[in-house]
Amino acid sequence: MNIVVCVKQTPDTAATVDVKEGHVTWGDSPMITNPWDEYAVEEALRLREKHGGKATVLFMGPENAREALKNCLAMGCDEATLVSDPALKGSDARATSLALSKAVAKIGSVDMVLLGRQAVDGDTGLVPAQLGRYLKWTTLTYVAKIVELDPTAKSIKVERMLDEGKQICTAQLPAVISVVKGINEPRYPSFMGIRRAGKTPIAVWSAADLGLVASKIGRAGSAVTWPEIRAIPPRAVKVEMIVGDTPEEIVVKLVDKLMAEQVI
Amino acid sequence: MTNVWVYIDQFKGAVLPTSWEVVGAARNLASQMSAGVTALIFGQGVEGLAQQAFGYGVDVVKLCDDATLADFRVEPYATLLVKLAAEERPDIILGPTSPRARDVFATSAIDLETGVIVDATGLALQDGLVRVTRPVYAGKLLSIVTCKERRPQMITIRARAFPAPEPDAARRGEVIQVSPVMTEDAIGVKVVDYLVETNRVSLDSAKIIVSGGRGVGSPEGFEPVRQLAQALGAAVGASRAAVDAGWIPYAHQVGQTGKVVSPDLYVASGISGAIQHLVGMRTAKVIVAINKDAEAPIFRNVHYGIVGDLFKILPALTAEVKKRKGN
Repeated sequence: MNIVVCVKQTPDTAATVDVKEGHVTWGDSPMITNPWDEYAVEEALRLREKHGGKATVLFMGPENAREALKNCLAMGCDEATLVSDPALKGSDARATSLALSKAVAKIGSVDMVLLGRQAVDGDTGLVPAQLGRYLKWTTLTYVAKIVELDPTAKSIKVERMLDEGKQICTAQLPAVISVVKGINEPRYPSFMGIRRAGKTPIAVWSAADLGLVASKIGRAGSAVTWPEIRAIPPRAVKVEMIVGDTPEEIVVKLVDKLMAEQVI
Repeated sequence: MTNVWVYIDQFKGAVLPTSWEVVGAARNLASQMSAGVTALIFGQGVEGLAQQAFGYGVDVVKLCDDATLADFRVEPYATLLVKLAAEERPDIILGPTSPRARDVFATSAIDLETGVIVDATGLALQDGLVRVTRPVYAGKLLSIVTCKERRPQMITIRARAFPAPEPDAARRGEVIQVSPVMTEDAIGVKVVDYLVETNRVSLDSAKIIVSGGRGVGSPEGFEPVRQLAQALGAAVGASRAAVDAGWIPYAHQVGQTGKVVSPDLYVASGISGAIQHLVGMRTAKVIVAINKDAEAPIFRNVHYGIVGDLFKILPALTAEVKKRKGN
């Protein structure tokens, strides 16, 4: 099976994120692989272990943004490709999906694209469905389990996690699949994996390599722009500790307060 | 001026309540544009939902009731939305931020060559352009986002960010029946089965959530959490620690890699207060924490804190709540 995993590199949520002169900064905090994407990488590796083939990690980002790719190679991905071009900066989800679709097509003979359900920085969760639409493939989102997969018959059966419960559905490959937490437990990179990752070349493709037209990418190609970004003023939370001699005494006070606030 | 369109999300013939909040937001925008509200209702056995929609303030319902739409699948739903939008060219289409609506909007936007803005907590209209406020970076920053030139502006609304209108059962509107675009043969995804969890209050729409964390200690340890939730008519939430330990299913997880919620009341029991959990619940109106450890970081981020044993406090709280409710 030829599998591509699309990952994103995001700041660690624990980082102190701030806005300086209209730009988002997170100081010295390191970039990490988008937490949701690690589940996608792990699933790709498991599928490769079961069915054979290749797992390629794909990332669209700045030229020097290699951490996420190295991490995925260290986990066990065979190859890594970075799509990088100043012209891609400022791409909204749709422009990003277009670029990724061209990269997937260029990789060629891909059976499945896996992604995490959303990225913790932009949080839009749009890319999986949009990538699928550009590729003209079936998209299956919020997949909690791949129940059956037949690479020869090109059929797949999955469990999707809806708010209302689990939906079991079938589809044909090739497909774009976004995964949720709980599908697996991502492995830690092994020492050998980290060594290998250090030596594996990362292919870098520009917008021109992908035949992308300037008007369809970056800020120029984006329908959605974010002219303003600002820090949220810290919520003035005045903490009131409730004390008492017995639990009963404490809860009476708490319920009084909650009823006064009309939340119960 | 075209009406403001609303995508109504329904599951097996029941409307997701947050859809009515979206109608409220649509009404707000529409009144500023001297326009009305059109709702899209797709499914099977959904004809009755039109009257509900009128009651909440919708003026026109474009209804498609068909076997191919019985189960939500993005291909037929999006293809139909695209056809209708391409014909009438609305300026604004709103929807809830539900998995289904997000997928429909994402897919439709490719065909319509427009933008989608996800998870709005605020909307401001300026000369026909909607300036959308949405949280980013795990809720640490607020972004103002616009879809400046492309139309329609497709925007999903965060649950509980806007109030649902008061329903008026006497209100009437116009139903326009529309036909589906795709035949069953053309639809690649087939739904084979559903495993529905009964009696579960959806975290997104819950007014009250009672959550358990590492301090709960075991699957059985969630029992006092569940009892309190039941007494309050609340949903049960959990921190990542409890989910990773296998004490409660992932569907209950609140936090960065779980659900982001905004209830009126959030009770965090045995939860230390790691930032990854806080980002999932800190917009709750009132937050209460119960933890044995007085130094737990959560106590810096709550309105009411109780240092104590949750196995003593929760049952006492449940009893007190029942007493006040007259049980």
